[in-house]
Amino acid sequence: MTKEYGTIVNTVVLPYRWALGQTWTRFFDGLKEEKIYGTRCGTCGKVFVPAKTFCPDCYSDLDDWMDVSQEGTLKSWTLVRKSHFGQVRQPPYALGLIRLDGTDCEFIHFLGGVDWSDMQNAREKLKAGARVKAAWSKEKHADIHDISCFEPLKS
Amino acid sequence: MRKVAITRFAQSAGVESGDNLMDFTYRISKEVLDKAGLKRNEVGCVMIASSDIFHSGLSCANAVDWDGSGAFMIEGTRAEDSMFALIYAAMRILSGHFDTVLVTSIIKGSENPDNDTLTGFFADPFYMRPLGINETTAAAFQMREYMQRFGVSEEQCAKVAVKNLGNALFNPYAHMKKRVTVDDVLNSETVSDPLKALECAPKSEGVASVLLASGDAAERFTDKPVWIKGFGTSMDHFNLGDRDLLNGQLTVAAERAYRMAGIRQPRKEIDLAEICEPYAFQELLWCEKLGFCPDGEGGKLIDSGETQMYRAFPVNPSGGVLAMNPYVSRGLYRVIEAAMQIRGRAGEHQVDKKVRTALAHGTHGFAGQCHSVVILEG
Repeated sequence: MTKEYGTIVNTVVLPYRWALGQTWTRFFDGLKEEKIYGTRCGTCGKVFVPAKTFCPDCYSDLDDWMDVSQEGTLKSWTLVRKSHFGQVRQPPYALGLIRLDGTDCEFIHFLGGVDWSDMQNAREKLKAGARVKAAWSKEKHADIHDISCFEPLKS
Repeated sequence: MRKVAITRFAQSAGVESGDNLMDFTYRISKEVLDKAGLKRNEVGCVMIASSDIFHSGLSCANAVDWDGSGAFMIEGTRAEDSMFALIYAAMRILSGHFDTVLVTSIIKGSENPDNDTLTGFFADPFYMRPLGINETTAAAFQMREYMQRFGVSEEQCAKVAVKNLGNALFNPYAHMKKRVTVDDVLNSETVSDPLKALECAPKSEGVASVLLASGDAAERFTDKPVWIKGFGTSMDHFNLGDRDLLNGQLTVAAERAYRMAGIRQPRKEIDLAEICEPYAFQELLWCEKLGFCPDGEGGKLIDSGETQMYRAFPVNPSGGVLAMNPYVSRGLYRVIEAAMQIRGRAGEHQVDKKVRTALAHGTHGFAGQCHSVVILEG
């Protein structure tokens, strides 16, 4: 954007390579096989998904692995309409906070299978407690996009 | 215990500045020292708040921030949030090691990429970032949950934007100022449903600077010290999914500040609040968590009109963060506004009532992951 005062324009591109660690490597390898892994805390009993190395509350090791349900209930959601630089995909797209059955936290992912041209219907379909199920991507790369999205279950 | 006073302060106006970051920082920091009649090398130490890599595109901060704020060859350190910087500075005085600390917070929003682009980098690169979680999408989750759980309406949330953008018309330091109606807010572009454009804070320029002094030293710099009576901070889990978005850590931060200040009934003992609401509905939720009204009744509070500028319990007479959002500096702007109101020198947006005790609140991270509360008294 041109300004009425002098400016210098520079786009910073910095390549990083982040270590996943053992727990997240296993979690993402699981996605490649269409499994969603969580870990259970032996102290407080909470089940976390994605799997965690340690319980953030009890601050102790988690090594009880679980193949958690691919269905759950929707706690909240948003439909992103506005574009911004470096966005993960072109709007509109929707994100959901999902409590997978048998877990004790919300799992975050895209929501799909909803007609956004009819917002009233979409809101009705996605009201709190709506049931959703994971849909898998055909091509998998052992990353979070191996799950394509969560879709409302036909009621 | 030692006392800590806010003695002198300065803030840049919300208008975009053609100054470069270092000059912009220098002008405001220098203004404070000039007001106090203090030379750069007479300051005990300097506490900076900035976000060098993401909000400035610079690293490391020493390159620019230190010279601009006059800290070079003195002593200083840096925080990523200006309220935290203020609290750390107050602790340095309480420790007895310093009599004066200059707190300067630095952001030039006009130079940055979009807020959503930058705050997306708060997310971890494995899970939340590739899904597009940023400050706005996290706030949209929180808003929908808030409305669902307590029946707060979109109209009630929109009223916060109406009030704050209107208040800002009287504040020369605000960035966005506008007389708007609830319908204008509800009909503004949907950013991230249910959040509308007028309910989301802008991206602003903002250097703010405050000179703190010990109780003994304060009278050298001002005849109207504003005392820091209490402060508290608290942080929630990083992962959004591990948190109750409607019951975060603000209650804890507030309790710590209230205990230190000896406040038992916040709504009665506090005269005015400057709250950090990057999204309109958050003012309602934060008011509940600060104990100004019962849980779930933030909507009723705004409906009552009591939080308007000239009513019994003004909240954000400055226009708040919806009107001025220099990201890292936004907490310190709340502190300065609260101090001006206590002194009775806020100009056209001075509230009608006598302000003896005021609360300033800061937040950063997704959906209020981190909160800080400061209690000020005249």
